[in-house]
Amino acid sequence: MRYPRRVMSTTTIAATASLDLKADMSASSRHRLAIDDLVRGARLWRLAFALGWLDIRLRYRGSMLGPFWLTISTGVMVAALGVLYSTLFKMDISDYLPFLALSQVLWGFLSALVSEGCTTFTEAESVIRSVRMPFSVFAARTLIRNTIVLGHNILVIVVTFAIFSRWPGWEGLMAIPGLLLWIVDALALTLLLGAFCARFRDIQPIVNSVMQIMFFVTPVIWKPEQLGTGMAKLPLNPFFDLLEIVRGPLLGGGALTTTAWLGAIGFSLMLCVVSWAFFTRARGRITFWI
Amino acid sequence: MAVRARIEVENVSVWFPLYHGSSRSLKKMVVAAASGRLGQDQQQRVVVRALQDINLSLEQGDRLGLVGSNGAGKTTLLRVLAGIYEPVTGRLRVQGSLNALLDPSLGMNMELTGRENILLRGLYNGLPKPMLPRLEEDVAQFAELSDFLDLPVRIYSAGMVVRLGFALATAIKPQILLMDEWFLAGDAVFLEKAKHRLEEMVRGADILVLSSHQVEIIRDWCTRVLWLDQGKIRADGAPQAVLSQYLGTPLEIA
Repeated sequence: MRYPRRVMSTTTIAATASLDLKADMSASSRHRLAIDDLVRGARLWRLAFALGWLDIRLRYRGSMLGPFWLTISTGVMVAALGVLYSTLFKMDISDYLPFLALSQVLWGFLSALVSEGCTTFTEAESVIRSVRMPFSVFAARTLIRNTIVLGHNILVIVVTFAIFSRWPGWEGLMAIPGLLLWIVDALALTLLLGAFCARFRDIQPIVNSVMQIMFFVTPVIWKPEQLGTGMAKLPLNPFFDLLEIVRGPLLGGGALTTTAWLGAIGFSLMLCVVSWAFFTRARGRITFWI
Repeated sequence: MAVRARIEVENVSVWFPLYHGSSRSLKKMVVAAASGRLGQDQQQRVVVRALQDINLSLEQGDRLGLVGSNGAGKTTLLRVLAGIYEPVTGRLRVQGSLNALLDPSLGMNMELTGRENILLRGLYNGLPKPMLPRLEEDVAQFAELSDFLDLPVRIYSAGMVVRLGFALATAIKPQILLMDEWFLAGDAVFLEKAKHRLEEMVRGADILVLSSHQVEIIRDWCTRVLWLDQGKIRADGAPQAVLSQYLGTPLEIA
């Protein structure tokens, strides 16, 4: 895109662009347009950031603490659950609470992302129907919005770790590759769920029920070790793998981190392939569905 | 500098699938039988044929007016030209920067201040950062918001909201300007200043496509008129000829 410079007036000139849309597209032109969508979306990163921030700001408009209510409600929840379950499971609270704080915050991010991924395109209906906009911008917006929420909740983890002095040390840096994989997965998932839920409106309630079940099946409030012999089967749960690759290093190395990485990479590849296959076919139709 | 503006529409059809709601209700079947515009695609889904076999070619300097009754496909055609609806059959080629004035409140958020709304619009248009202050200056100056610029749009008077919306929509000058009829219906256009700004934008555009019910505006601004009827081109030609056919009577020369 080139912008002609004109200094003498305040006129703003639109960027030059060209468009070539053909029906009955071959697979290669479908892929070309989908890649073009991602490239144009990446160029609009500033818009995606602005929209993500705005969503958070408007959600907490007029409240004194603003988004820090997120921190407080997560903190209260973790403290309450921590005391309750450490009694129920008869566990040492100084060991259990840091685990719970970390798990709960990370799970909150994953489940909100899955659930909000469903409305990625339907919530942007008015914009999608009035201007040609790369769909990847809306996927990035959902990711950024949830990352901001995660950023606020990290405070709960930091405080809990400080209280029980459970600092992960240098090994904790191993969580970073895991978080990078999360970013890729998040974009793939929001593109897939966003398009799929726009077409089939029954999917979102199904997704929400599944996530409810996954919360109990995945070791979020209970520890993997409590499963005993069944622990070896945990990597079959994609949410466990994804959770563990970030949580393991921060808690000083879970026993299953290596297996979890294998599973996480495998499931992520599957997700990306399915998401790309669906997005390339659906991209041109999303506007008609919302 | 920029490429030569061009629009090429070849055999474009757009069908709306009816997925949600009672798409196969009896009432709709009756309406369908009456109008002949509902059909079924290869997968036996009920679709509305919003546009059928549109052929259109626009070059630099063309000013096209779209006329037709409500639901004739005027706005759909504008959306196709803007690349929002991708054609189901045929091919669309557009060269040159494009601005479609379709939704008066695009990206306007009542909770944000005027200034934030201006910046957001700049971001929607993918303007690079150095161009944002200029956009802000231009819009703020035209909308005459002065001190209100840093207050939420929610507390603006109706007139101020209209002025801001109008200033935003007309701030970015494209080579190809697509304009829906709502744009000419607002109070803002009756202000001499707004009229001047809009005419300047229209003059500055290489190609104009305008959809309107107001025959006078089409006659004054357009060099070619397309009459859409039930998603098909009924007539295409010089404003005099098509408009008199459309109105059923010879057009009076004002």
